[in-house]
Amino acid sequence: MSTTYTLRAKHRRSALRTLAFLSPWLIGFCVFFAYPLISTVYFSFTHYDGFGAATFDGLTNWSYVFGEYPLFWPALRNTLWLVIVMVACRVVFGLGVGMLITKIKTGVGVFRTLFYLPYLAPPVAATLGFVFLLNPGTGPVNSLLGDLGIPAPDWFTDPSWSKPALTLLAVWGVGDLMVIFMAALLDVPTEQYEAAELDGASPWQRFRYVTLPNISPIVMFAVVTGVIQAMQSYTQPLVAAKVASGNMGNSGQQFEPGYPDKSTLTLPQLVYNLGFQRFDYGSACVVALVLFALSMAFTALLMKRRGGLVQAGE
Amino acid sequence: MTYAFDHAAAPTATPAGRTARRKALLRWIAVHSLGVAAALFFVLPFVFLLLTSLMDGRQTLTRDLIPHHWAWSNYRAVFETPGFLTWWKNTLLYAGLGTVLSVVSSVPVAYALAKFRFRGRNLSLMLVISMMMLPPQVIIIPMYLFWAKQLDLSGTLWPLIIPLAFGDAFTIFLLRQFLLTIPNEYLDAARVDGCGELRTLIKVVLPMARPGIAAVALFQFFYAWNDYFGPQIYASDTPASWTLSYGLESFKGAHHTDWNLTMAATVLVMAPVILVFFFAQKAFVEGVTLTGVKG
Repeated sequence: MSTTYTLRAKHRRSALRTLAFLSPWLIGFCVFFAYPLISTVYFSFTHYDGFGAATFDGLTNWSYVFGEYPLFWPALRNTLWLVIVMVACRVVFGLGVGMLITKIKTGVGVFRTLFYLPYLAPPVAATLGFVFLLNPGTGPVNSLLGDLGIPAPDWFTDPSWSKPALTLLAVWGVGDLMVIFMAALLDVPTEQYEAAELDGASPWQRFRYVTLPNISPIVMFAVVTGVIQAMQSYTQPLVAAKVASGNMGNSGQQFEPGYPDKSTLTLPQLVYNLGFQRFDYGSACVVALVLFALSMAFTALLMKRRGGLVQAGE
Repeated sequence: MTYAFDHAAAPTATPAGRTARRKALLRWIAVHSLGVAAALFFVLPFVFLLLTSLMDGRQTLTRDLIPHHWAWSNYRAVFETPGFLTWWKNTLLYAGLGTVLSVVSSVPVAYALAKFRFRGRNLSLMLVISMMMLPPQVIIIPMYLFWAKQLDLSGTLWPLIIPLAFGDAFTIFLLRQFLLTIPNEYLDAARVDGCGELRTLIKVVLPMARPGIAAVALFQFFYAWNDYFGPQIYASDTPASWTLSYGLESFKGAHHTDWNLTMAATVLVMAPVILVFFFAQKAFVEGVTLTGVKG
């Protein structure tokens, strides 16, 4: 009788202790995650311009965003373009650089540092720099291409080149993937390479049948986190569009979103555009929920237990 | 560190040995030329920015890459731009205070998620990961209305700093990954000696977790340093509350044609990040590795 009692008391004490340790996050979760998420759903069915009270409006915002809002489909298309092309380029290039760094024997520390540095560059600063470097008229990149006789694109001022230019900027900052791939590549058992070599495998076959299977969970991790990142593209396309259009003011000036020709518009930008420039909070919440649905779909993929991407237990 | 691709040829004097040695040398040259090419791709943009920041205003509109005369005064001009020093102060407040708050509040949460067994632990971890993956734009409308209309704090950076006192999902996740690598035997030993959980955490775990804490602190600091969206939402109408990342973009607006001054300001915003990196390389690499590799 008394042992059950003490056991139960012990359980209760350990439950309280767990609760105490988790409490900062539990409060944060409720106030800064659950509550605003539910509110976003609620606001998406109301008309609200920031004054007075929100009034219930049924599906008006939803049909407006999907049916009439001229920027929604271009923004969705751009976002998906970035998700596919940017992630593919970053993963392939990151893996290439990661493999290169494992083969470098002299000055590996210097090389690794140089490859990693761009990842640290603040996005606004990096974007400003790239818009200047890729400036068709006076930028050094097009000057060099011109000297080499290569026809140079107009980058951030040409709708068909603005997204590739953003991709180039993202590939430049591939240092994080390089580090992750490097760690994974160094973990591949050397014996497997030796065995493959004894069997007469070519370098490509060694990559295909030894390297890839060993690092595939990390490739998958890089793809899924990359997709989530690309879906959130906000600062770089916005700053690039503002600077390239020559309309940089933070206050007052009217700015054509997605310059040039809506080509750099992304879903997160629409939330800002609808909510904080047009004060149509309800429609902004609809776009926010589209973004939410997309990111949760990919997060679910990331957490699939047997995928082994993020193990929940020990 | 060992390298999986290290198959250096045996240095023997036989003809076969000589061919193998020549092959190894050729491979060394190929790999390192490729390395230099990649290094140029990563470094040249920095070099161009630096050079442009030292040109006079007119030269930025020409195709010459080397400054005609080195205009170091550009940097003084940037510092004398009204607001620039205020942006530094604001950025340090947001990044510094935010980092301290998020680390202090996230450590116990990460510890519980890594080392306690309790019902709902996996669910909690999944929710942390969901929070981490949530684009900030998804919840920004209610959050803005909450801070601006109910607490009247728009125009300041407090809406960005205060939530960090309640744990940050990314910090919690990374710290948990790190704490998993600390063997349970140390904790059990402390408990046998009669330490409570809090004392075990402070006396035993924290000293061992120092590299992990350094990594998450750096990540949090640079997240705030680089943040553009947050200051744009809450502080855009109040230039006295702008941060460097946000102010930098408007700087280009104020100095319409002055690419040299803009690039000097850009260099100044990048410089602290890169400087800190050189002192804390290990912590950075540790942090990046934690996101991907250790389960």
